[in-house]
Formats: sequence, structure tokens, C-alpha cells
Amino acid sequence: MGTRILAIEDDERIRTAVRLALEDEGWDVLEAANGQEAFDAFSDTPADVVLIDIMLPDVDGFEVCRTLRRTSDVPIIMVTARADTHDVVAGLEAGADDYLTKPFAPKELSARIRALLRRVRTPDSTMTDMRFGQLEIMPEQGAVTINGEEAHLTKTEFRLLVELATNSGKVLSREVLLERVWDLGYFGDGRLVDVHIRRLRTKIESDPANPRYVVTVRGLGYKLQA
Amino acid sequence: METTGQRSRFWRRTGSRARRLRLRTRIILSFVLTTLLLSALLSVTVFALTRQNLLNGRENDALATVGFNASVVNRRLSPDIESEALQNLASTLATPEGSRPVLRVGGDWFQPSFEFEQGDIDERLRRTVESGKPARMRYRVRDKPFLVIGIPIPGHNASYYEATPLDEIEDTLGSLGLILASGGGGVTLASAAVGFWASRRLLRPLVDIGKAAQSIARGDLSTRLEPGAARELVTLTDSFNDMVGALQHRIAQDERFASEVSHELRSPLMTLSASVEVMNTRRAELPERTRTALDLLTEDVNRFEHLVEDLLEISRFDVGTAELDLDVFNLLEFVENAVSATSPAAIPIACDPAVARMRVRADKRRLMQVIDNLLSNAQKYAGGATGIFLYHDSMEIGPKVVEIAVEDAGPGVAADEREHIFDRFSRGRQAVERGTTTGVGLGLALVTEHVGLHQGRVWCEDRSDGLPGIRFVVHLPIAVS
Repeated sequence: MGTRILAIEDDERIRTAVRLALEDEGWDVLEAANGQEAFDAFSDTPADVVLIDIMLPDVDGFEVCRTLRRTSDVPIIMVTARADTHDVVAGLEAGADDYLTKPFAPKELSARIRALLRRVRTPDSTMTDMRFGQLEIMPEQGAVTINGEEAHLTKTEFRLLVELATNSGKVLSREVLLERVWDLGYFGDGRLVDVHIRRLRTKIESDPANPRYVVTVRGLGYKLQA
Repeated sequence: METTGQRSRFWRRTGSRARRLRLRTRIILSFVLTTLLLSALLSVTVFALTRQNLLNGRENDALATVGFNASVVNRRLSPDIESEALQNLASTLATPEGSRPVLRVGGDWFQPSFEFEQGDIDERLRRTVESGKPARMRYRVRDKPFLVIGIPIPGHNASYYEATPLDEIEDTLGSLGLILASGGGGVTLASAAVGFWASRRLLRPLVDIGKAAQSIARGDLSTRLEPGAARELVTLTDSFNDMVGALQHRIAQDERFASEVSHELRSPLMTLSASVEVMNTRRAELPERTRTALDLLTEDVNRFEHLVEDLLEISRFDVGTAELDLDVFNLLEFVENAVSATSPAAIPIACDPAVARMRVRADKRRLMQVIDNLLSNAQKYAGGATGIFLYHDSMEIGPKVVEIAVEDAGPGVAADEREHIFDRFSRGRQAVERGTTTGVGLGLALVTEHVGLHQGRVWCEDRSDGLPGIRFVVHLPIAVS
């Protein structure tokens, strides 16, 4: 059984064309025409990656995203109409890991999917557990605890945290984080980083507005302080 | 282009600040002039009447006294009267305070006062009196005003004169004049103040409307006028507010339309590009003719995608919803990345040392499009850009301004076309003559819009080294450090 992608898209022609193209790239594709079908399909056979068009007839894409996020850390890619609208930030805040604007090249989508499915970078094959105050990161188990309690991070949030943790004390620019976490080049959207940092903070900081661990270095980037 | 024209006309119309000031000055001036005229008229009338009154009163008094005194003299005169007695008589005549009597009997003159003597009697007056007619005359003696009245005493070949000094009246009139003048001046000043205040009150609704219109022109469509206090103004403010409301509604509709069109065009494009990609995966299996057709299809789907992107991008400028998403970054690094991401061939970048470390605050996506569009313009019409130049000079082009120039070695652009090539769907004569069809003519128009949104400007000129080709220059006030 290959990697399963659940494509949620109300336009049948697009859905079919995208399925054909993604199958050519070697993925298994499940289709859903609306929010309800998506929930049914997902509870039936959980996908490895979910692709959501935000313009859906019944429940909007943001809601589908939030609902899936309540139970799953599956990588989610949002498809929006434009990059410069608030849709992008809204989609990321709803829990999406990445986004694409229509029309996208299926090859580009494949590249994004591969980046999301990539495991945490392991410079040495064994990565030791790391501890910063009450924050404990266990790369081997893919788990994070804060004050002894497990924090439920998505795969992307986890990769972002590990990237910051392995370089703790050093400032990482948004470009560097885009490159290392999303495999995106210089022109990746910095909002991806900003929104993920925000989401990460709500999960590991006791006061996300005044972060203790993941701090912003104005004009330069972010760093994790011990 | 049409919208840009409308916008600049609008600005020109609202920009006539001078006219408002002139209107206000005119109001104040008319207040002042009217008051000045009225107060002058009033002052002159009051002055003239008072003067007439005072003089008449004094003259009547004087006439009565003179008449009485003349009769006294007449009674006393006898042919044998001594000249000493006459001198006494002249001295004892009861004259109202300050009057100077002068008595002539035959050829002798009797005058108790040195202030007014026989020599001071005006020649014409004397002759009239000596011819037997009483007369009066006002004139100045040694710079002092006098009313001189002469009465002939015929039986004795004598005449009696009395000079009444008028300096008191003159003083009074002087003071009155001063009071009237300063009163008039004060009233005029007060009227200027009233005019100032009234014009401000009167013009305030106009000024408010002007400000509101400017704010709307700047893009704040939520601007509304406060309903005026005066009933006449309510109609004006109501219709103004209705108009702005309609405008806002219309723009919101246009915006919705743009986003709906966006969705409607994107969906078929998505199907097209995904399907074309599926076919291209099997390109090798296709027969020759089908392959050629597929290549044409692929190329035009790409063109169509770009065209739709550009159209939607530019429609955002038209409905005024284009916004800057600012970031701070190193300019040289950005341009290097932009070139390697968009251009297959390496293009030399000449960078002023001042720019190499320079950080700028700009919208990356838009700046990327500016560079991309300039490079693809060079690619389409001139076989590719020959160099990119980054330059900064505080003194020459401004402390915050960075210059990004792109040069090519193509046929250049005729002088009369250099402005028009930034118009939408304009591709330049040469391009049309060469039959190039790949351009859609929106690239440079978008460059203009993106640059304008950053408060910068773009133009084209001859190459800096004088070689054939064209140089596109972008000035952006975005330098941070």
C-alpha cells in the first residue's frame, strides 16, 4: 500500500485531473467532494496527507481543517485562490501545514507532499533527547512534553521545534527555517513560519504572548532559548 | 489606464487649496470694505453736522453780542468824544469770553487786545463793512482760527469789529475726528475679526467636504460627513454621504466580481494544467502530430495561466485592494535569488558597495514580479538582459532610494514610445513588427503598479554606456540600513 492522499475538492473535473496527475507521481489518491465525504473517508481509511480546497459547498475548508486537526496530526495542504489574501493565514491558523494557489502544477504539489512526509532530519542516526527548562524534546519517539505533560504537535510543528532546538541559542531566519522545514527556497512564504511559530507557542508556552522558549528576534528570525 | 487617468483628474480637482483661501479672503475683505465704507460715511456725516452745529451756535452767539455791542458803541459815539474814552469804551464792551473787539472811528482804531488788531482784519471784509454792509468772515490769524464780524456804524463814520476765536471749536472737532477715526478703525478691525470667524463658520462645511473627499480619494471609503447644523447643509451632507455609500458599494461589488472571476478562471485552468501534465508524462508514447499539438497546448496553457494571474493582479490595483506585505531583507541577496529563480542564463549583477550590505523594507512577492517582468521583457524583445545594476546614492537619488536597473542589447525603444510601453497591452512598435506574439502586454504595466505601490517610479532610457539597447530604471524608497 503506497502513500495515501485524500483530495477534498468539489469540482469533479479538477479532482479527476489532479488524481490522474498525482497517481502518475506514484501516490494513491482518495477523493472527497465535500466536507462530509471527507470526514467519512478519513475515519474509514486515514490518509497520509490531506489536500483541502477552501471553497467547499457544505462546510468550508477551514472548518474541515480544524475538525481533522482535533483528532489527527496528518499533514494538511490548503488550496487557496490567491496568495495575497487573508485566506492563507486563516488556513494556516486552522491547522494547515502548507498551502498552494490554484492553478498549481501537480509536480509542485508532489514536492510539497514529499517535504511534509519527510522525517525529522537526523544528522546522526541517533538523536539525543533535549531539555530546556520544563520543555523536553524526544526526537526518537517524536514526542514533546511540557511540565511532564505531552504536547500534541503536528509533524511540521515538531520538525520546526527540533530545528530550533538543535540550534538552540542561535537565531534562525525565516528563510533558513523555510528551507529546512518546508524544503522551500528563498521565495517561500514567510507567513508559513510565522503562523507555525504562533501555533507552536500556544502548545508549549504557558503565556504565548510572552514566550519563554521560542522567542522572536526582531528583523532577524526566531530562536529557542535554554 | 483609465482608472489612473480618473484618479489623477480627481486629485487635480481636489487639490485647489488656493481657491478656498481666496474665497475666504474675499469674504473677509468684503466685510472689511463694507464696514470701512459705512463707518467712514457715518464719521464724515457726524463730523460735518457737529462742525456745522458748533460753528452756527458760536456764530449766532457772536452775532448777537456784536449786534448788541455795536448798538452800545453807536449810542455812546458823539462827535466830541475823546479818543481815550473811545479806547475805554472798546475795552469795556462786554464780549463773550475771548472775543476781541476792534473799533474804528474815522481814521482811528481802538483795540484793547494785541491778539487781534486792525491789521488782522481781512481787506475784503473791511471794504465790505466800510461800504456800509455788515459782514462776517472766518479765517486764520497767526495760525489761529477766528470768526470776524464787522458792523458799520454809519452815522459816525465808524465800524465795529469783533473777532471770536474758534480754536476751542477746532480742538473739539479735532478730538471728535480722532474719536470717529479710531472708532471707525476699531469697528473695521472688529468686522475683520467677525469676517474671519464668519467665513470660517461658513466655509467649514466646504472644508469638511473637501477633507472627506480627500480621505475617500486616499482610499478610506468609510469616511462620512457629520450632518450639518444648518438645515441647508443637511441636503448636501446627505447626498454626499449617499454618494460615498454608493461608491463603496460599487467598489465592494467590483472586488467581489474580481474574486469570483478569479475562482471561475482558476478552476478550468487547474483542470487544464493537471490534464496537460498527465499527457506530458506520456509524451514519449504519443504519435508525432499529437506531440506537436500537446506542446502547443502546454505552452498556451502556461500563457493563459500567466495572463489570468496578471489580469487578477492588476484588477486588485483597479479596485484599490492592493496592499503591501512588507518584509526586511538584503537587497543583493534577493536580486541574486530572483535572477537564479527566473532566468535560465546567468545575468551579471553590478552592485554598488553601498548596496551590497543594504537591507530594504519591501513586498518580496511584488519586488520579485518587478524583476521577473523586467527580465522576461528583455528576454522577449531583446534576447535577454545583459546586466542588472544596483545603485544607491543619498545625495543624488535620495537617502532611502535604491536604484535597480536592467539593461539589454536589443533594438531599444523609440523615444516617443518610452512612456507608452508602460501602458496596458502595449507592446511597442518593434515588437508588433517582429510579429512577436508571446507577450501579453501586462508585464510592464504591472511593474508600474508594483513600483507605484512602493511610492517609487520606473522609466526607460538609453543604456548608460551608450551602446544600443535599453535601460529600465526603477527607483524605490525602501532602504532601511
